[in-house]
Amino acid sequence: MQKEYTITVYTEDRIGITNRITVIFTRRQINITGLTTAETEIPGVYKFVITVLSEREKLDKVVGQIERLIEIHRAFVHEEEDVVYQELALYKVSTQNLHKGNIEQVIRENNARILTVDPEYFVIEKTGHQQELLDMLKHLEPFGMIEYTKSGRVAIVKWSRRFHDHLKDLAKKEADQYKSINV
Amino acid sequence: MQQKDVLPMKTNESDKRATTATPETMSGATAVIRSLIAEGVETIFGYPGGAIMPIYDALYDFQDQVHHILVRHEQGATHAAQGYARSNGKVGVVFATSGPGATNLVTGLADAYMDSTPMVCITGQVAASLLGTDAFQETDVIGITTPITKWNIQVTRAEDIPGAIAKAFYIARSGRPGPVLVDITKNAQVAMMEFLYKKCEYIRSYHPIPELNQKSIEDAAELINNAQRPYILCGHGVLIAGAEKELIALAEKAQIPVASTLLGLSAVPVDHPLYVGYLGMHGNYAPNIKTNECDVVIAVGMRFDDRITGDATSYIKQAKVVHIEIDAAEINKIIKADVGVHADAKTALQALLPHVNPAVRKEWIDGFKTLDQEEDKVVRQRELHPTEGELKMAEVVRIISERTKGEAILVTDVGQHQMIASRYYQFKNPNTNITSGGMGTMGFALPAAMGAKVGAPDKEVVAVIGDGCFQMTLQELGTIYQTQIGVKIVILNNNFLGMVRQWQQLFFDKRYSSTEMTNPDFVQIAKGFFVPGRKVTSRDEIVAAVDEMISHDGAYLLEVVVEKEDNVFPMIPAGAPIASIRLQ
Repeated sequence: MQKEYTITVYTEDRIGITNRITVIFTRRQINITGLTTAETEIPGVYKFVITVLSEREKLDKVVGQIERLIEIHRAFVHEEEDVVYQELALYKVSTQNLHKGNIEQVIRENNARILTVDPEYFVIEKTGHQQELLDMLKHLEPFGMIEYTKSGRVAIVKWSRRFHDHLKDLAKKEADQYKSINV
Repeated sequence: MQQKDVLPMKTNESDKRATTATPETMSGATAVIRSLIAEGVETIFGYPGGAIMPIYDALYDFQDQVHHILVRHEQGATHAAQGYARSNGKVGVVFATSGPGATNLVTGLADAYMDSTPMVCITGQVAASLLGTDAFQETDVIGITTPITKWNIQVTRAEDIPGAIAKAFYIARSGRPGPVLVDITKNAQVAMMEFLYKKCEYIRSYHPIPELNQKSIEDAAELINNAQRPYILCGHGVLIAGAEKELIALAEKAQIPVASTLLGLSAVPVDHPLYVGYLGMHGNYAPNIKTNECDVVIAVGMRFDDRITGDATSYIKQAKVVHIEIDAAEINKIIKADVGVHADAKTALQALLPHVNPAVRKEWIDGFKTLDQEEDKVVRQRELHPTEGELKMAEVVRIISERTKGEAILVTDVGQHQMIASRYYQFKNPNTNITSGGMGTMGFALPAAMGAKVGAPDKEVVAVIGDGCFQMTLQELGTIYQTQIGVKIVILNNNFLGMVRQWQQLFFDKRYSSTEMTNPDFVQIAKGFFVPGRKVTSRDEIVAAVDEMISHDGAYLLEVVVEKEDNVFPMIPAGAPIASIRLQ
């Protein structure tokens, strides 16, 4: 059955690594619905968070094929309940229609905040899950939405501690090896 | 390129060539050749062109140490490198220029990737300043080859060349071997650098030698010890790991019949009493049928290709599966393993052997023999020993097998002749079967045979090729002549693209769409390349002709005109359950 899954991939910092990962989804006709990537707390190790709509069995194989790549440390598939995650949305709203409702209430109730104000528009930021971000969008529509944009997912895996220890060990081992060679 | 993940490691003291004590100043191009020499490379298959000219210029100074073989097409270089790697176990090395030179490597890279063949391709590239500008002969070879290489890298600075090449060789030959491509821009080739070579022995994100899980070995042994009808499926991984002896030891100790995949052929001698034959679409009858009757499958270094499983949803449903495989991504990919052993075949079998109990399974093994007699009666007698009509492919292969005593390296192309040769050649020694398995690349055999002979000059190398396949890469006769490579070439000519025609006959109502060939005079073509040859059309000439070919000192082409509309049987229709195997 198709479901939304979060895939996390830990990679080396290498030109073209995104391409290497995404072609594996492409081969199996899986559409990537969200992708964020940034350096982790270990220098030179990047984390990709990929969201897809697919089947678990298929994704387990995809993750195996991703892990096979030389510059990949590890890759995992996570069910919704395995991850704590957030997405971030920005809303650019016209200042012309503020009389049409209580925008302050919308902002308060959604735990959003105003980032910038301009005579013509203002920009609101909200973090949350996709549905919450869309709900907020609906509430803002009457005020005149100029633009809506949303990030991919940022996720922490509930059981991730052990793997992070492994990465830290690697970083330490590497530092030790450099030391022993250079001396 | 970021070099930080290539860790400087201790170099192997015993291999002085791997180390230069103090840095030497040289061009990037010279560094390429010096790096290859440090990796023990003796042979390169390649073709020069604009963007790789500095490297060819540097090569000129090292002709006494590195033998460059000028091919006639870059695809030929890749297949030759594959044949070389498969005949002697070393990494095959290819040079090609940018643009079309690089794109011509694509088929060979994909073939080597599918068939786990270690290969390092070095391509020239336009200067770094021109990258991305659609410069003359610029192509995004990294982008093109990403899905078909184990690893690839673009080097834009001379100082990064030794590190990239060291990493390339380490990756190509370790773990599940595969092809690697190193793309070097022209500016990096001409710039000067300080050369200091260190072999790569560690990459922090890559672990080619998995830690053996002892529990998986014990679980596997328990399944095998409790089995009534265990069955070993021997794949290419057995040959790559050099685990033939261990596999046979396991089979003999626990009396387990062994069947082989296409690429696993030659790991177990065909005449071994526990060897039951060849698996898959055109494999033997008994080993295919018996996959539905065994209770434990021990799959070693194989990946359950669809040509083996037929309809995978109905494949070995009754059996528990032990899957020994170096590539973790292959375990559970097609067939769910009850016990997955993530290790190379040799390590796993060595660990497994002491845990496995001796057993006697006469009835189970005899069952194979009974079915085999049926295949013999319905298929083999008529195929191998016909007394009338046109020559059959199978009898030609039988005669080649007899006259070479099963000791030649057999290189086959793709199609009917490949299936026939794989079925009937009586392999005696490991690594004597070289064919394009996963990709099924027509045109593979002639260049691959050339590479195999260069890799194993003391062995007889016989290429069995169809008339269609031969015309895809026949220009390599030029290489064979120029380099004086003594390969024996047998063209089984039925004037058809035989396998496609067979499918048209069986599944497309005999609508022979674009499969009949009007062929040239192959012997005349060979003559044009100064390769002697002979054409045989009748049964009474064939033994003498094969003997003449074998006793000829040097390359020789034997064209054998065979029955036009012959079919390969047994056959499992594509995607059908194995039970639907047809004997005729």
